[in-house]
Amino acid sequence: MNEPHDAPTIAQLVEAVREFLERDVMAATEGRVRFHTRVAVNVLKMVERELELGPDQVADHRAALERLGVGDEAALAAAIRSGALDDRRDDVLDVLRQTVRAKLEVANPGYLSPGMRRTP
Amino acid sequence: MNEAAVAALLDGGTRLENVRRLSAGASRAMWSADAVGPDGTVQHVVVRTDPRGGSRPTPAVPEAALLRAAAQAGVPVPRILAEDSDHLVVERIEGETIPRKILRDDEYAHARPLLAAQCGEALAGIHAIPIDAVPGLIEDADPVATWRAMLDGFGQPHPTFELALRWLDDRRPPRTGVAVVHGDFRNGNLIVGPDGLRAVLDWELAHLGDPMEDLGWLCVKAWRFGVDRPVGGFGEREELFAAYERASGTRVDPEVVRWWEVLGTLKWGIMCIAQAFTHLSGTVRSVELAAIGRRVCENEWDLLELIG
Repeated sequence: MNEPHDAPTIAQLVEAVREFLERDVMAATEGRVRFHTRVAVNVLKMVERELELGPDQVADHRAALERLGVGDEAALAAAIRSGALDDRRDDVLDVLRQTVRAKLEVANPGYLSPGMRRTP
Repeated sequence: MNEAAVAALLDGGTRLENVRRLSAGASRAMWSADAVGPDGTVQHVVVRTDPRGGSRPTPAVPEAALLRAAAQAGVPVPRILAEDSDHLVVERIEGETIPRKILRDDEYAHARPLLAAQCGEALAGIHAIPIDAVPGLIEDADPVATWRAMLDGFGQPHPTFELALRWLDDRRPPRTGVAVVHGDFRNGNLIVGPDGLRAVLDWELAHLGDPMEDLGWLCVKAWRFGVDRPVGGFGEREELFAAYERASGTRVDPEVVRWWEVLGTLKWGIMCIAQAFTHLSGTVRSVELAAIGRRVCENEWDLLELIG
């Protein structure tokens, strides 16, 4: 599936490095290096999630932008700034929520859980 | 840090022991030390150094003048022990600054319900500082324009930030006044003891502006550190506003504070982009700074909840 390369896949390689950091490096370090190891583990988890979810997210994002008649994020940003989409604020909000949700599903899915939500 | 120079600033015969670096900034650094006097008495001190000194492009925030004026206004701040053009030596105040500990440890269970009101009183004190007591503070006349320009500088599209900038543009509140604004008054820059607020730190972003900026910034979601209470994760807006009104005599309009909270959330998002660029540009290569780039979307999510 990752021809012409051999096993492990790129996701499995990242997983192997993450496990090494979690198991060996965390135990052997302290202070600043240990803190940065934890950050590195979180970064690799993010990479693993993007490898898994990324392809579907790219397709969904393209379709969402098409609904607003813009080609990419830069065009959407420019249209919001110029006011060209002012009469479609609800549609814009829908697309922005979908996009930011996708980013959080990769970067920090815990942020989407109800515990982190504002009280109404 | 030049230990001999710092020791000489303190009483004659004083020497420094247990010198430890607390932070590593590009322009400033902070050290902790024990100043041992000739009679053996020990004073715990914090030393700020400014290694770039005269070469910085903009004048440094007059931190010593700020600390003095704040103390005069009844704001809890570390006492200045000595200073020269390169060093500021202050007393080290015992207590906790790490937000997660302040919000979760049993030791601060009694302090937590007091903090929102104590912050309101401290902010009222800061905003009562006579402007002419601290010469050299810069006024940001149009923060929306300032942060829009900052965002543009990175050349990265952020549609959610554009929507927030439009929202802010359309709802600019009337000025509450012009005051000395702390600029970074939040959970993380406060020393807290079991008895409550002990000191307000990090005056480097102080400027002249609308006092409501400080109240909005204190309520930004990033400073709640996962705890669902709007004021720093420890209190309610009503407690903050009531204490501020009592101490300052200025009425707080929650809608104005909300405008500043939206601006603050946008600001922190743009500051996260800036930190990622510090890594990407090669200024400071760091996995931590790189990772912060992927936290920008947390601020986008918060903004959509605030303005959606």
